[in-house]
Amino acid sequence: MRTLDRKLGLLSSLPLAVVLVVSFLAPLVVVAIFSVMPQKVFSLTNMPDFSSYAVFFDQGYYKSLLWSLGMALVSTVILLVVCWPLSYAMAKVFKKFTLVLTIAVVMSLFVSENIRLFGWVLTLMKGGLIEGHIRAWTGVGFDSPLYGVPIIVFGLVYVYLPFMLFPLAQGIAMVPDDTRQAAYDLGATRWQVLWQIEVPLAAPGIVVGSLLSFVLAAGALAESKILGGQAVIAIADDIETAFTFGQNWPLGSALSMILIVIIGGLALFGVSKVDLDAIMGRKR
Amino acid sequence: MPTSRSTRIVLYVYGILVIAFLYLPLVSVAFASVSRARYLSFPIKRYSTKWYGEAVESSTVSELLTTSLTVAVLVTVISVVVAFFGALAFARYQWRYRTTFQKLILLPIFFPQTVLGLALLMWFNSLGIIPSWKTAVVAHLVWIAPIATLIVSIRAYSFDPALEEAARDMGAGTWTILREITLPLLMPGMVSAALFAFLLSWGNFPLSLFTTGADSTLPEWLYAKMVSGYSPLVPTLGVMSVVGSFLLILTALAVAWLLRTNREARAAQN
Repeated sequence: MRTLDRKLGLLSSLPLAVVLVVSFLAPLVVVAIFSVMPQKVFSLTNMPDFSSYAVFFDQGYYKSLLWSLGMALVSTVILLVVCWPLSYAMAKVFKKFTLVLTIAVVMSLFVSENIRLFGWVLTLMKGGLIEGHIRAWTGVGFDSPLYGVPIIVFGLVYVYLPFMLFPLAQGIAMVPDDTRQAAYDLGATRWQVLWQIEVPLAAPGIVVGSLLSFVLAAGALAESKILGGQAVIAIADDIETAFTFGQNWPLGSALSMILIVIIGGLALFGVSKVDLDAIMGRKR
Repeated sequence: MPTSRSTRIVLYVYGILVIAFLYLPLVSVAFASVSRARYLSFPIKRYSTKWYGEAVESSTVSELLTTSLTVAVLVTVISVVVAFFGALAFARYQWRYRTTFQKLILLPIFFPQTVLGLALLMWFNSLGIIPSWKTAVVAHLVWIAPIATLIVSIRAYSFDPALEEAARDMGAGTWTILREITLPLLMPGMVSAALFAFLLSWGNFPLSLFTTGADSTLPEWLYAKMVSGYSPLVPTLGVMSVVGSFLLILTALAVAWLLRTNREARAAQN
């Protein structure tokens, strides 16, 4: 049985492995090779000169990277605070309502991200759903909060909320009620229980949720374009421009590589920390 | 410690507020879609369904829908087949590289999709393939096939390997077991995976953006119109796409609920 399991395991992993080698691994290798090519070439048969990486520092592209990472960090912290009470309630307090909430949140994920962000533009713009109605009722309007850094962070929080909520709820569900009860019985305060019992025991969920929202937000493009009106340029935006208007594939590849190394490093660190069998409900 | 009544009420209100927060922008889009004016401003003065009529008659729209639908259907079929075997490797069989495999298939989900799309564009280019909706199918698979695999895996974790072993002891071959035992047991997971795959492909924008070449999917067209040159058809098509997706989900939920009550009723009779 053991040897049969081994053989079948390897065989059944093949279809997905082929898909990922052809459509994930190979493209990343192409990006890596393109990133060391001279500027503005379109083929891989040139002498590598690493000039694109010099351009990254010389022409201030590192600023976009820092903006993207900074906004991703802020939105991740906000998401942790916003999602914690709700995840807690989903795991421990709500009964039927957890299912309702789950369905509602998952359904919102199926709506194209740009339709939802466009909806926020209609809601928040001058003469939009909120300002328009307030002005019609009170006669006094206000300036639109659109087109700035805070609204981009708001957009990131909005779009990536499910990616924090579900892992966090899963993590909190792993905190045994007995342990919390014991701590209370021994006289711990609400804060002590939070910091010394719940946070450490829910750590896998916190790590997965934070990493997922951070890496997705760091590579996000639509929020800064649709809501931010390009008040700041996100790194993904620079990458897109390098490929489209700039017609400079090696530069775009080098910028992608820098982002890929940061995100890939974090992602590898994150997935190596979690036991998927435990999280996904192994029964045996 | 049981949560106090007032805390519970606060938490329920908070949950409802979060749902409202998630859906508020869609409310705005829905209102915008029935405004008669070409240039939108709230409060809406005259309502009309004129833009819906134009959307239905437009040939651009039907082209966009055909492309989106073809891509989504192909992605769904391929993802489900790949996910069936992938889930067995992920959760069922104990083989040597199982944990490595589990972690590797998570990587594409963590990657920024825009970067993946561009990487694919360069890869197709260096292979000499001209991008079209067919390359977009490959692009969607990078992200959707792993998600479908995870969904089927949840189901695969919960089934008892003894069922397969019993069939083998009675002389069934590997294919017979897969067809007669494993496939029916994993079926509910595969139906959810198919639903997810279809809807995620239908709504996907970042992966399509660079990989469809001259063809265009619905989310791509909407984005192009949002960024440059507003069209009153944007909210209308947005609403139509959202309503379509939601109807599909609600149908699926209703069918699942009917099947369950039906089964429970039969179990109660026996």
